[in-house]
Amino acid sequence: MLNGISINYYILLSAVLFIIGAVGVMARRNSIIIFMCIELMLNAVNLMLVSFSTLHNDAKGQVFVFFIMAVAAAEVAVGLAILSMIYRNIKNIDTDLLSNLKN
Amino acid sequence: MIKLIALVPLFPLIGFLINGFFGKKLSKGLSGGIASVSVLASFIVAVLAFLELEHSTNKSHVVELFSWISADTLNIPFEFLYDPLSAWFLLIITGIGFLIHIYSTGYMHDDAGFSRFFTYLNLFVFFMLLLVMGNNYLIMFVGWEGVGLCSYLLIGFWFKNQAYNDAARKAFVMNRIGDLGFLLGIILIFVSYGSISYGDVFSRAGVSSNAVVTAIALLLFIGAMGKSAQIPLYTWLPDAMAGPTPVSALIHAATMVTAGIYMIVRSNVFYSISEVASETVAIVGVVTAIFAATIGLLQNDIKKILAYSTVSQLGLMFLGLGVGAFSSSVFHVTTHAFFKALLFLGAGSVIHAMGGEQDIRKMGGLKGKIKITYITMLLGTIAISGIPPFSGFFSKDEILAHTYEHSKLLWVLGMIASMLTAFYMFRMLFLTFFGKFRGTHEQEHHLHESPSSMTIPLMVLAALSVLGGALGLPEFWHMPNWMSEHLSPIILHKNPSALDHTTEWTLMGLAVVAAGVVIYFAHAMFITNGVLPLENEEKMKPWQKLIYNKYYVDEFYDAVIRKPLDLISTAFYKFLDLQVIDGLVNGVGSMVKGTGNVVRLLQSGNIGFYIVSMVLGVILILLFTFII
Amino acid sequence: MLGYTITQWLFGILSFLAIMFGLMVVFSRNPVNSVLYLVMTFFCIAGHYLLLNAQFLAIVHIVVYAGAIMVLFLFVIMLMNLNEDTEPQRTWLSKIIAAVAGGLMLFVMVGSLKGAGDMGLQQYGNAQIGFVKNLGAVLFKDFLFPFEIASVLLLAAMVGAIMIGKKEAGES
Repeated sequence: MLNGISINYYILLSAVLFIIGAVGVMARRNSIIIFMCIELMLNAVNLMLVSFSTLHNDAKGQVFVFFIMAVAAAEVAVGLAILSMIYRNIKNIDTDLLSNLKN
Repeated sequence: MIKLIALVPLFPLIGFLINGFFGKKLSKGLSGGIASVSVLASFIVAVLAFLELEHSTNKSHVVELFSWISADTLNIPFEFLYDPLSAWFLLIITGIGFLIHIYSTGYMHDDAGFSRFFTYLNLFVFFMLLLVMGNNYLIMFVGWEGVGLCSYLLIGFWFKNQAYNDAARKAFVMNRIGDLGFLLGIILIFVSYGSISYGDVFSRAGVSSNAVVTAIALLLFIGAMGKSAQIPLYTWLPDAMAGPTPVSALIHAATMVTAGIYMIVRSNVFYSISEVASETVAIVGVVTAIFAATIGLLQNDIKKILAYSTVSQLGLMFLGLGVGAFSSSVFHVTTHAFFKALLFLGAGSVIHAMGGEQDIRKMGGLKGKIKITYITMLLGTIAISGIPPFSGFFSKDEILAHTYEHSKLLWVLGMIASMLTAFYMFRMLFLTFFGKFRGTHEQEHHLHESPSSMTIPLMVLAALSVLGGALGLPEFWHMPNWMSEHLSPIILHKNPSALDHTTEWTLMGLAVVAAGVVIYFAHAMFITNGVLPLENEEKMKPWQKLIYNKYYVDEFYDAVIRKPLDLISTAFYKFLDLQVIDGLVNGVGSMVKGTGNVVRLLQSGNIGFYIVSMVLGVILILLFTFII
Repeated sequence: MLGYTITQWLFGILSFLAIMFGLMVVFSRNPVNSVLYLVMTFFCIAGHYLLLNAQFLAIVHIVVYAGAIMVLFLFVIMLMNLNEDTEPQRTWLSKIIAAVAGGLMLFVMVGSLKGAGDMGLQQYGNAQIGFVKNLGAVLFKDFLFPFEIASVLLLAAMVGAIMIGKKEAGES
């Protein structure tokens, strides 16, 4: 129990948030929205890490979240740069148009 | 010298290596010289060792060289056995081998493959020595295979002629059938006695059941059938005449084909125990003797006649083995080596003089042109026909006397075979050397006596053919039969002749009279009446046609064995290879390709689809890991 | 209140809001709205961090995510001038498939949770590890090297973003 709340609820909450992110990734075509959904999934995981960190009274989990945030910041910076680059080239960021992987 | 007996096979091996590696750089004289000297050195060592053996009381010397194979209970040292039997064979092989080497330097002089020829010849002598010197069946087998290889190489020596290659392959395959029997025999020996060394095996032979001994003896005999050209595996030997004539003399008359005789004499214990096996040997021997002799009657190729004569004589030797006259057979091997080598070399000399012509229909009247060859061949022919006091008479008579004792029927058949021998040998002699010359004018002009390197071996062999009989004079003449005394230590069960002197004299007289009548008949037919072999097959009577075509045995084998095998092979090739195996292999390929073609569609390049697939994958992983 | 503590009430409300805003991110047609809903979601998650006694992370989360990253997103969207009209839409079939796949995944995750049974999870007291002081001590003692590496990573990302984003010579 964390302040009177079972850990199971936190697990459930992060699972639901994760799934919402995943559905977003699957259902949308806009690259930026997909990117945002990925951030949402990342945060669901972060929430899980923090709750377990508190449960086990161990700071390492929170430190890990801290690092994830740093990496996420770097990832977003580079990712958005790439997206803007793509937009500049094809004037679109629809994922269905980005099918160059096929060949 | 007995301690150094390993030198005997070593010299030809050295000769083989020198000729094999440097033969092309050596001059012809040097190449042939090295080969001949190496065999001569072996001969000298063999003679010295032989003299030492004669004077020593210990008749069986084992010289161990090194431990060869050692695995669990299988322990095979590489050791040589030097006893009267191997000693005698060493003398024959190196002695006649040396003479034939000398002869070859003359005969092969203009051949492009001169050094290659001597390489093979030395290698052959090495393997042949290994065969007779080994102290266990495995070394014998190594030598056995080695001589088979050399035989193959030498039959196909002129490899540009496809027919010669086919003959070589035929010899190899036929020998292989026999070798399989031999190998199975060796395995059975090892399984039954736990050893393959002669001493161990022979001392334990009496322990095992008669059936096992019979099986071993028959399996070994199958090996001997292949190597020594007995029915049904004899057809390779006449075809083996494709090789150069010295090869026919050395390998296919004097030495290699007698390896089967050696093996059976060596294993005489088995044949003494098993009556079934020795009866089989005798019957196969006598049938082969008659069968081959009849074919020889109508052959026109001088070498083919001699080849069938060899098969026939080998059959006679096996008859001797079958009736338990082991030392007589070795005696006949010896005399046969003398006169058959002589006849082959003489035939080689004739062919040399005729510029490569082998058909006796194109010869005739050579008597005056090549005198030495004629005289030596005449001596050889008399010797093989069994006229006393030439060597062939004594050895053949000894075998026939023992056969008479054993079975009258076999004796009659043996007599017929030897009469046929006298007939076709004199037919060959008369057609070749008497009458008018029937070849082209060019050939007549070309006729000349062979160089001395060829005639000297002829003369030496002629002398041996004449005098060789002294090695085994009949016992009832109250002369020492040196051969049977010499071999007595290795023959474990002897059967001394029980015939009274009158019978022996009668038999001897009958043989001589029969030979004389046959020779007279041949003389009347070919000299007085001048009968010539028919040029054309159509004019022949049916029986002549049958014999002329060698009883269609080759065709029979072709139809009964090769064609069905071919058919089965083709069927297997078409069905199993092309359909099943290729189908499997190609099927795997096309399956991968087909799957790829389908799966490729999944690589749509659509990120959304990829993500859905990934999510489904995660779902499955979770499902299998945590829930199921 | 109704048998629940304040904390439990807060947890419930925050969870409800987080999920709702999360759904709005996915469902809203206008990308700008999506960004704003995501910011709201992140605020809710920060609230959860506070409930879990992770005050430092809560602040960092708001500053980094809601403040920096989401503003970056907003900028890019405005730069590209994306709005409801330009928004590409999937077919209904794709959406249904996505929803079904998501539902299945939730199903197996909950199933896994149940399947794992009693994980032996228990609390080891309630120390103030989430405070800056405690966290800083761990960060600069045990994780000093990764911390420095993270700084290098950020620098590299910055350089990379500039390099990718800048116009090539001669480009209009």
